Amino acid sequence: MARTNEAERKGIGPLALLAPGEAGLVVGLSAGGLVRRRLLDLGFVPGTVLRAVRRSPLGDPTAYSVRGAVIALRAADANNILVRRAPESTGATAAAPDD
Amino acid sequence: MVGHHHGGSPVSDGPTWADLGRAARAPGHPVVALAGNPNTGKSTLFNALTGLRQHTGNWPGKTVLLAQGVARHRGKSYTIVDLPGTYSLFASSVEESVASDFLCLARPDVTVVVADATCLERNLNLALQVIEVTDKVAVCLNLVDEARRKGCECDATMLEAELGVPVVATVATKGRGLGRLMDTVAGLNSGTITTRPKRVVYDPDVEEALAGIEPLVTRKLPPGAATRWLAVRALCGDMGALELVGDMSALELVDGTGGAVRKVTEGFGLGPAPSWPAARSTTSTAGGKSS
Repeated sequence: MARTNEAERKGIGPLALLAPGEAGLVVGLSAGGLVRRRLLDLGFVPGTVLRAVRRSPLGDPTAYSVRGAVIALRAADANNILVRRAPESTGATAAAPDD
Repeated sequence: MVGHHHGGSPVSDGPTWADLGRAARAPGHPVVALAGNPNTGKSTLFNALTGLRQHTGNWPGKTVLLAQGVARHRGKSYTIVDLPGTYSLFASSVEESVASDFLCLARPDVTVVVADATCLERNLNLALQVIEVTDKVAVCLNLVDEARRKGCECDATMLEAELGVPVVATVATKGRGLGRLMDTVAGLNSGTITTRPKRVVYDPDVEEALAGIEPLVTRKLPPGAATRWLAVRALCGDMGALELVGDMSALELVDGTGGAVRKVTEGFGLGPAPSWPAARSTTSTAGGKSS
């Protein structure tokens, strides 16, 4: 039981941890105030499925495909978004989709 | 063209948003604002409506250019203002605050929200916010051809019923639907089309906080300003809105209501959604269109 919870928890982390090509589900926002408001306005609402699209050559920012638009976020902002990595993109259950 | 003017309070000195509103307001030319997310074809629509009859003006005190043009429709001229693309009226950049302030303070006669039919959901966030600011609003459902190619059919009639404001499908690049869009704008301006916008009613504690802030906002602003929406922005700690209000007691009020704000923001997406009124009419007449 405890192990399952731990495994579950392992799948949850800040958005910046998603590598390009990986998908995730927004489970929460850790920011408050206007930063939170801004992220919600951009479509990072809990329950949203998103995908990391590409990362800039210097590693920051990263572009995410979210609700029909591609939005680039700096890691500092992306770290305010908690996501659960989609199972198929963790490599644990299946090979990662190659798009 | 880039000015360095910075008034202490945009309300009391120097050229202001109200001046811009007046400048745009040639006699007998209703002012029509185009609002929308980035990349919705808003500027394409603007160009299609105004042709070469356009110029850019500087927003007072800010280095943002606003494109203005004249559209002629059925013998009448309309001043069209192409606002910067924005995801939200909760401003987080200078461009966005210009769009937000223009809608809240310059009070265009009609506002058109240009929405991308290929990712409509994302665009409805702004549409709902604009609907909170004004009654005289229509949604322009643009790029419907591209949406169709993607296998997505948008039901404008149903959307109209859901939002309580007119929805017009367009393909701005091909000029399709623009006549009907301008007919709708004309009807909203003249009052032959009335709307019944569906508005968010917040939780009682938030409504109570807003009721406390709104009178302060109202006292500081000219008649007709979107005081409720500015109160919402102030309640969210939006310093731009507080600057416009320029009232320390508003700031104190915001501090005082911080608990309500936290409760709302923390509950977002987790707690119950804001209640959706069954039918809250903001105009006395029914929401039918007659054009």
